[in-house]
Amino acid sequence: MNPSALTSPSLLTVDGLVGVVFLIMVLITVVGGLIACNSERLVRSIAGLVVCFIGVAGLYFFLNSPFVAMMQILIYVGAVAVTISFAIMLAAPEEKKKIGPTSILAGPLGFITAALITGGFVVLALKTEWAIHNKLNDGSMKSIGLQLLTDYSMVFELVSIVLLIAILGALVIAREGRKN
Amino acid sequence: MRLTLLNVIIAVVLAIAFAAVNAAYLVWAERRGAARIQRRPGPNINGPFGLLQPPLDGIKLMAKQLTIPGGADRIMFIIAPVLAMFPAIMSFVTIPFSDSIVAKNMNVGVLMIFAFASMGSMSLLIAGWSSRNKYSMMSSVRAVSQAVAYEIPMLITAITVVMIAGSADLTEIVHQQSKSILHWNIFPLLGNSHNILMPFSFLIFFMCTLAETNRAPFDLGEAESELVAGFHTEYGSMGFGLFFMGEYANIVIGSCMTTILFLGGWGCPFGLFPGVWWFILKLYLLIATFIWIRWTFPRTTIYGLLNLCWKILIPLSLFNLLFTAGLLKVF
Repeated sequence: MNPSALTSPSLLTVDGLVGVVFLIMVLITVVGGLIACNSERLVRSIAGLVVCFIGVAGLYFFLNSPFVAMMQILIYVGAVAVTISFAIMLAAPEEKKKIGPTSILAGPLGFITAALITGGFVVLALKTEWAIHNKLNDGSMKSIGLQLLTDYSMVFELVSIVLLIAILGALVIAREGRKN
Repeated sequence: MRLTLLNVIIAVVLAIAFAAVNAAYLVWAERRGAARIQRRPGPNINGPFGLLQPPLDGIKLMAKQLTIPGGADRIMFIIAPVLAMFPAIMSFVTIPFSDSIVAKNMNVGVLMIFAFASMGSMSLLIAGWSSRNKYSMMSSVRAVSQAVAYEIPMLITAITVVMIAGSADLTEIVHQQSKSILHWNIFPLLGNSHNILMPFSFLIFFMCTLAETNRAPFDLGEAESELVAGFHTEYGSMGFGLFFMGEYANIVIGSCMTTILFLGGWGCPFGLFPGVWWFILKLYLLIATFIWIRWTFPRTTIYGLLNLCWKILIPLSLFNLLFTAGLLKVF
């Protein structure tokens, strides 16, 4: 890619418009995340989470991987968010978010941690020499499948172990306080 | 291509128009069909054959006030019907009606349709929850448990077809079935797989479409005798109208997918004059079957419904997936 792409292009060119679309997607993601964190009712939080997922799917689509974008919507919006809201509605449909007893330090400490993490990411993003790849492959299902089962099979297996641990953890939590 | 943005806007407007007109006139077709099947008069007063009924109904719905029940979650209550319509419109963008009539062909077209179809259950949940009504709540829980369950065999069956075609591109899937009726994915004789189980796959897919669109005999979500009107009990005026249109748009999309995946899309059964007219013909034959089934079969129970899915359809479709994989490996 030519170096001129690294400077911010004018708004009226194709690159500029693409940038605007990118910013819209980022905005959707951030707004969704804020709704998810800050709303009073749990179901609204879920809706915010869905908005956030859709924004992330848009970012994937923007990054030339429609397959990952569609999987993001199919799995996270269609399955995960529905399952979460299902669980919430079955358990406590009207309950407001409970805030447990917190110490005075919880707020500032949380803020400092968040600021450190954000600052770290910003520094990393600005300092890193980004290698601009051309497209690795065409992003089709076939090439993704081949890559997953050859070059990245270790990562693939590790992810499935993470999922297994998540399932076991859920079982352990659900088991607690139950006799027999 | 130049003017891509303009093309996309035109495509979306056409998709909305297609969905809306279809929804309006499918209601008419359904009521006429119901009347014919049950030997009673349908809408036959306004215009020839009652054809003016849908626009009049639309005007009536739009003229009504949108009432929001006290204690309801206002924002979510208004968002829910929009969410019911939005995925349906998005799905129309990638459906190929013929070789050239497709707004945006994607190499993951199958996935895109199912991804947006899966968003529909979210709108049901939000509608049921935000109405603050026990009937709506019960109904949305039922409808979603049904939709989530039937999504699984539907996706597995679709993956079987994708494996046979070797592509998730809807146009490519149709091209592979284009030679004659014997190449259609519903028939196993010619084509890639020689899979004798494909007719069962077709049946599974069709049943899942019925269940996913909350149609009788699987319309537990709107069981009038138990739940008033289900998740849209509290909705009046265009809020109800949008749910209704979304339902019929989903029926059209389900029939489109059945046509594309199993019935050869826009291909002619005898290899003559392939084109959009064959697609439309197959589409409306399927929709007619939907209407026929709705007014012929009684509603099942929720246990029967879920047992059918988890104990019969999912094992069968999984077996068919493995069988097809084996066949593709052998041949």
